[in-house]
Amino acid sequence: MKQLNWRVITTHTICIIGVIFMSLPVWIAFATSTHSAETILRNGLQFWPGSDFLPTYHEALFVEGGVMKSVLGITMLKNSLILGLGFAIGKVIISMLAAYAIVYFRFRLALPLFWIIFMTLLLPLEVRIIPSYEVVSGLGLLDTHAGLIIPLIASATGTFFFRQFFLSVPDELLEAARLDGATAWGFFIDILVPLSKTMIAAILIIMFVVGWNQYLWPLIMTTKEENYTLVIGIKQIYQILADGGELPQYQKAFALTILATLPPVLVVLVFQNWFVKGLVESEK
Amino acid sequence: MKRVQFEHSAIPYLFVAPQIIIIVVFFLWPAAQAIYQSFLLEDAFGLSSQFVWFRNYEDTILSESWLQAAGFTVLFSALVTFLSLALALLLAVKANEVIRGASTYKTTLMWAYAIAPPVAGLMGNLMFNPLIGDLYKFLNAIGWDFNHKLDSFDAGFVVVLISVWKQVSVNFIFFLSGLQGIPKSVLEASLMDCKSSLRRFWTITFPLLAPTTFFLMVINITYAFFETFGIIDTTTRGAPGGATTTLVFKVFQDGFRGADIGGSSAQSVVLMIMVLALTVVQFRFIERKVHY
Repeated sequence: MKQLNWRVITTHTICIIGVIFMSLPVWIAFATSTHSAETILRNGLQFWPGSDFLPTYHEALFVEGGVMKSVLGITMLKNSLILGLGFAIGKVIISMLAAYAIVYFRFRLALPLFWIIFMTLLLPLEVRIIPSYEVVSGLGLLDTHAGLIIPLIASATGTFFFRQFFLSVPDELLEAARLDGATAWGFFIDILVPLSKTMIAAILIIMFVVGWNQYLWPLIMTTKEENYTLVIGIKQIYQILADGGELPQYQKAFALTILATLPPVLVVLVFQNWFVKGLVESEK
Repeated sequence: MKRVQFEHSAIPYLFVAPQIIIIVVFFLWPAAQAIYQSFLLEDAFGLSSQFVWFRNYEDTILSESWLQAAGFTVLFSALVTFLSLALALLLAVKANEVIRGASTYKTTLMWAYAIAPPVAGLMGNLMFNPLIGDLYKFLNAIGWDFNHKLDSFDAGFVVVLISVWKQVSVNFIFFLSGLQGIPKSVLEASLMDCKSSLRRFWTITFPLLAPTTFFLMVINITYAFFETFGIIDTTTRGAPGGATTTLVFKVFQDGFRGADIGGSSAQSVVLMIMVLALTVVQFRFIERKVHY
C-alpha cells in the first residue's frame, strides 16, 4: 500500500513539473505584460499580475503608434482571423472536392492527379520560397488576402484526410443514392457533407491554428504594415526592442505575444476533443 | 478505390480542378523555377543570367558556411527530436497512469500546441534578455558564464530549449493517443507476468508504441528542419557567426537578404531532396504498419 502511494506521488510530481514547464513561460509573459515599462526594467520579469492591464492592452489594440508605427493591434487581429479562417475554410472546401473526385469517380487521370497532389508533401513552402514570391508578385497578389491564403491551401494533408474518411464510408450508400437517382453533386452535398460533419469540424480547428500561426509566408508577402498579422507584428516588436530606444517597451511586446497566443489557444481548449481527433487522424 | 463509382464523365475533373490549378501555379511551377534557377548565375544587377551547370551547387554547398549550417542542422534536429520525444513520452506515460485529474493534466500539457514558433521564440528571447530575463540572470547566478549573444554553445542552448518546449505538446498528444490505443487485456496480462513496472514499460508498452515513435521521429525532424525558422528568426537569427544557422534559415538569408538567387535556389533543391528522402522513409514505414 505504501509503495503504491509513492508511485502515485511521483506520477503526480512529474506531471506537475511538466505542466509548470509548459505553462510558466506563458504565465510570466502575461503577468509581465500587466506592469509598466519602468517596473519591468527595474525589477525584471514579473510573476504576479500588476495594475497596468487595461492601459497596456488598450494601447496595444486601439492606439495608433501604440505598438507598431501605424497599424493598430485590432487590425492585426483582424488580419490574423482572416488568414486563419480563410486558410481553414479554403482548405476544407478544396480538399473535400478533390478527395471526392478521387474516391468516387473512375476517370483516366485519377492516378496521375493523385500523385500530383501527393507531390506537394515534397515541396514545403520553405524550399520554394523565392520562386513562390515571384509568382505571387507576378500575379499582382502581393499584399492581398488572396495572395496570402491561396498558395498555402493546396497541400495534400487535407485531401488525404478526407480521402481516408470517404474510403471508410460504406459503398451501399452510393448504391442506394443512385437507385434513388442522385446526381454526383447531389450525393456529395446531401449525403457526404452531412456525414463528414465531425471530420470537417476537426480539420477546421487544426487548420485555423495552422493558418493563424503562419510566419514565413506572410513575412515575405506583406510589405505594408496594415496587412500585418499578429504573428508578423511579433517580429517587428522584436526588431524595435533589438534596435533599442529610450525605454524598451517590454510590456507591449509581452501584450502582443499574449494577443497572438490567445485565440488559437482558446480554440484548442474549447474544441479539445475535435482538435485531438483532427490532429491524430490528419497526420496519419 | 471504391467498388461502386460514378461513371466516367467530365465531372470529376471539375472537382479536382481547384486543387490541381493551385498546385500547378503555386507548387510545381515555383519548384521547377527553383531547380532552373539553381543552374543560373545572375550578374550583380540581375539583368542577365548565364547557364552555369552545377557551379552554384559547388559554390554554396561546398562553402564553409553551408557545411557549418548543415552540421548545426543535423545536430540541432537530433537534439530537438530526441529531447522532445523523451520528455513527451515520459509525460504521456505518467499522465496516462493518473486516475484523478487526468483530463486537467492532458489539457494543460497539450495547449502549447497552439502557440506559433515565432511567438515561442519571442517569449524565450525575452526570458533570456540580459536586462530583464530571469533565465539569463539565473544561469549566470549559478556560475554559468552565460551569454547567448557571444557564445555559440549558449546560443545553441537557447534555440534547442525553445524548440523542444514548442514541440513537446504535439508529441504528447500522439503518445497519449498511442498509449490509449493499447488494449487493456495486453497490459493486464503483462501485469500478471512481470512485477517491475519499468521492465513492463520497456518490454511491452514501448515496443507497442514503436509505430507512433517512428512516425513522430519523421514529424519532429521535419519540424526541426523547417518550422523552427520562426524560432531562430526571433531569437539568435543564426548568430553568433552563423553558429545557429539552420539550412532553411540560410536559404532565406542568402535569397532575400543576400539576393543570391542562384545559390539560394541550389540550397532549396538540396532541401527538396532531403524532404524526398524523409518521405520515402516515412512511406516505407507506413507500408510496414499495414502488415502489422
